[in-house]
Amino acid sequence: MQQEWSNETVREIFPSIWQGFIVVLQVTLVAGIIAVVLGLLVAIVERIAPAGVRRVLSGVFQFIRNTPLLVQVLLVWTATSLYINPDWSAFIVGSTVLGVHYASYTSESYRAGIDAIPQGQWEAATALSLPTHRTWGAVILPQMMRRSTAAVANWIIAMFKEVPTLFIIGVLEMISQAQKYQGQHYTGAVEGYTIAGLLFLAASYPVAVAMRRLEIRLAKSNY
Amino acid sequence: MQNPTTEPIIKFDRVNKSFGDLQVLDQLSFNIDPGERVTLIGPSGSGKTTILRLLMTLERITPVKSPETDGGVIWVEGKPFSHMEKGGKLTVASERYLRRARQKVGMVFQQFNLFPNMKVLRNVTEAQVHVLKRSKDEADEKARELLDLVGLSSKVDNYPNQLSGGQQQRVAIARALAMDPDILLLDEVTSALDPELVADVLGVLRDVAENTNITMLIVTHEMGFAKDVSNRVMMFDQGTIVEEDTPEKIFSDPQEGRTQDFLRAVLAE
Repeated sequence: MQQEWSNETVREIFPSIWQGFIVVLQVTLVAGIIAVVLGLLVAIVERIAPAGVRRVLSGVFQFIRNTPLLVQVLLVWTATSLYINPDWSAFIVGSTVLGVHYASYTSESYRAGIDAIPQGQWEAATALSLPTHRTWGAVILPQMMRRSTAAVANWIIAMFKEVPTLFIIGVLEMISQAQKYQGQHYTGAVEGYTIAGLLFLAASYPVAVAMRRLEIRLAKSNY
Repeated sequence: MQNPTTEPIIKFDRVNKSFGDLQVLDQLSFNIDPGERVTLIGPSGSGKTTILRLLMTLERITPVKSPETDGGVIWVEGKPFSHMEKGGKLTVASERYLRRARQKVGMVFQQFNLFPNMKVLRNVTEAQVHVLKRSKDEADEKARELLDLVGLSSKVDNYPNQLSGGQQQRVAIARALAMDPDILLLDEVTSALDPELVADVLGVLRDVAENTNITMLIVTHEMGFAKDVSNRVMMFDQGTIVEEDTPEKIFSDPQEGRTQDFLRAVLAE
């Protein structure tokens, strides 16, 4: 369907796209917390749990990493929609699936950061009889953070840009908003998608620049 | 040399250690008395470092079927160390048992292994506070005292990577001493240092040897240092003791061909 660009439409559609943008940020926040925290837990458990637990966990996350996000979203959505209140479930289900999906990537970045710590650090902690929680909390994690922060942040930016996938289950992010508007006015899709794209650019570019600065600063830090 | 009336602080009783098919220690037995300073020498791969790592619980012994009769047990201060007593029987020590047992032992590593994310002071206080449960003030005071002893009182607020290798190693010595170990293990502590920094580290260790009665096990290629601080030198080859004696005897009049060859090679370096 060919449509003329209309500044009038831009003005009209902007508030609803903006609303969608706020939802994108909310999803990013919730999913981001899940990805950051769960990824870390998985990386730690993969290091300390008995072999059986480790194998199961790594199998589950192997599966998550190697199937498309869209499939996971639809699968979990249809599997849970019978049991969850549909008014808020799309947001909850969408954010959770997105967060868990990206936890499978962040856990790899954390793990790489842990693996990069010299064996001598673990041995020094043992030689000082440090309890396990101090070895992790005071020795390993601070050093891992320095190595993993940039990579994890990049995953979160990537995740932010995948939030529109959730329109498929009706999360009212920007694509849904544009389509809703078009459904009512038979116009505005091009303007809506353009605004959405610009908002994504406006949000992720400064973050990417800030991340590069952080990376440089971390590389120059004292350890 | 050994005094037959005191109980040994360390007792290896027919200890075996293999890595896969490679047998590093073969039925190794020896005793060390409290306060003794023993230097372990021998070619690389002869098992010296493995002995230290077993005592620091960084490695586990290779167990034998019936330790009550066949040995394969390390004893420290009269108590089983590699094993624990359970109903009169010896079973391989659990992680929990080792956590208590290893507190008597401290170690200084070839690569220093300071915690790079902590300032020098906290490197020395961290374990005091969280293992020995000393108050922060108490730990601080002890740390400053020890850092003064190793000549680094001006560096308390630096990060390890702002120090030279020799300074880092001296911090590592202070860190180990802060835990009041009964046994101190020194694993090639000068091997990673530039030659001009070796003397400072050895000087600090000479002080420690002179002013404390900590039992020391030393793996080193610094024969002059070994001669100065140790009461006894044990020559290892292929996981067994070839020869042992006072440093004077070993260095001036070694009896075994393998010891003579080894010393000739080391001194020619």
